[in-house]
Amino acid sequence: MSDAAPVASGATPPPATETGPAPASVWRALASVVDPEIPFVSIVELGIVRGVERDRDGWTITLTPTYSGCPATRVIEEDVRAAVLAVTGAQARIVTALAPAWSTEWIAPEARRKLRDAGIAPPHPVGSAAASAPRTIAFHRAVPVRCPRCGSTRTRELARFGSTACKAQYRCADCLEPFDYFKPH
Amino acid sequence: MNANAQLFDYVLRLADNGLVLAQRLGEWVGKGPVLEEDIASTNVGLDLLGQARLWLAYAGEIEGREAPPGRTEDELAFLRDSGAFRNLLIVEQPNGHYGDTIARQFLFDQWHVLVLAELAGSRDARIAGIAAKAEKEARYHIERSTDWLVRLGDGTAESRARMQCAIDALWMYTGEMFAVDAAERALIDAGIAADVAALEGPWTAAVRSAFAEATLDVPADGWMQGARARGGKQGVHTEHLSRLLAEMQILPRSWPEARW
Repeated sequence: MSDAAPVASGATPPPATETGPAPASVWRALASVVDPEIPFVSIVELGIVRGVERDRDGWTITLTPTYSGCPATRVIEEDVRAAVLAVTGAQARIVTALAPAWSTEWIAPEARRKLRDAGIAPPHPVGSAAASAPRTIAFHRAVPVRCPRCGSTRTRELARFGSTACKAQYRCADCLEPFDYFKPH
Repeated sequence: MNANAQLFDYVLRLADNGLVLAQRLGEWVGKGPVLEEDIASTNVGLDLLGQARLWLAYAGEIEGREAPPGRTEDELAFLRDSGAFRNLLIVEQPNGHYGDTIARQFLFDQWHVLVLAELAGSRDARIAGIAAKAEKEARYHIERSTDWLVRLGDGTAESRARMQCAIDALWMYTGEMFAVDAAERALIDAGIAADVAALEGPWTAAVRSAFAEATLDVPADGWMQGARARGGKQGVHTEHLSRLLAEMQILPRSWPEARW
C-alpha cells in the first residue's frame, strides 16, 4: 500500500483513494505532529510529509526538509516516530527526500489562514508578480505584504531574515507593529 | 585517483565551501553590527551548514563504496586536518569588518548560485537533488549580500572606501573559482561536475553590474589564484584555515565520542 503525497500542488491532505483504514490513520496521526517553530501548523499542512508506505516491519514515512539547515528536522523526525508508534504500534522508518525541493506552494490553504491568525503574513505564490517584484532601491521592494494584524499593505521589510530560516521581518506603517513574513520559497 | 576517489574529492569541495563559510559567519553571533544582521548572518550560515551536512553525508557514502563504511559527516567535519579540506581560499578569509564579510559573501554568492544551477542538471542524481535545494536558498542569500554591497558602496565616502578596499583585497581569490584541474575536468566530461570555467563570463557580468550600482570599481588586473597555482581545492590553504579549524574542532578532538 503506497500513498505518495501530491507534488507541487497546494495542500497535501490524506489521499482520497485509501484502500484500507491503516494509512489514513497514519496520515491522521501525522496531522497531529507540528513544526516546533510554528507549533500551530501540522507537518502535513506544511507539505513536508511526502509519502506514507507500509513495509514489512512497520511504516516508511518520507519527509522533505523545508530548508537544508532547518534545526527542527531532528525533532520532527522523533515526533513522527512517536506518533506512528502510538497509533499503529509499529516502528516508523524515516526517509528524507530532497527532490523535488520543498516549496511554500505546498502549504495548505488552511495553514495559510492559521499563519495569518498567528500574526505571520503567509507567503505569496512563488513566481507571482508580488513575490518576484524587481527591487527599485535596495532594501525597498515593491512587494505588497499585507499586515496580518490590521490588513494594511503599507508595510516594509526590516530585515531579510527573521526568527527562523523561513521568515523575514516586516513592519506595518499603519498599526506600527512588526511582524514575520513567511518567505516564498 | 580513480573515478570514485575523484567524486569523493569533488563532493568534499562542495561540502567544505559551505562548512567553512558557515563557521566564519557563526563568528558574528552576538556581535553583528545590528541585531537584524546578526540574525541574517547566522541564518545564511545555517543554510550553508545544512547544505554542507548533505554534501558530507554523501561524501562519506562515496568513500564507503571502496572503504566501507566510509566516514560519517561528523568525522569528516571534525577529524580532518587543514590539508584535507577542499574549500576555496576565499571562504576561509577572516571576517574583518562588516564590509569585508559582505564582500566575501557577495563574491561567493554570485559564484555559488551559478554553480548550483549547473549542478541541478548533474547526471549524478544525488548531486542534482542537493544542488536544486541549495540553489533556492543561495538565490535568497545573493539578494541580501547585493543589497549590502550597494548600500555600503554607494554610501558615505568612508563606507565606499572601505568596501572598495575589501573587494580589492579579496579579488585575487576569485580566480580559483573558475580554475579546473584534471580531476574536476574528468567529472565535467562525465556530466557530473559543473564546468566552472564556463561560468566566469556570467559571473563577471553579474559582479560588474552590481559594482556599477554600488559605484565600486572593478579591481585592476593583477595576480590571480588560479589554474597555475595549487590552492584550496587541492588542500593548499592560507594559515587562516588551521586557526578556524582549531576552534571548530576542539570539542570532538578533546573529547572523542562526546555526545550532545
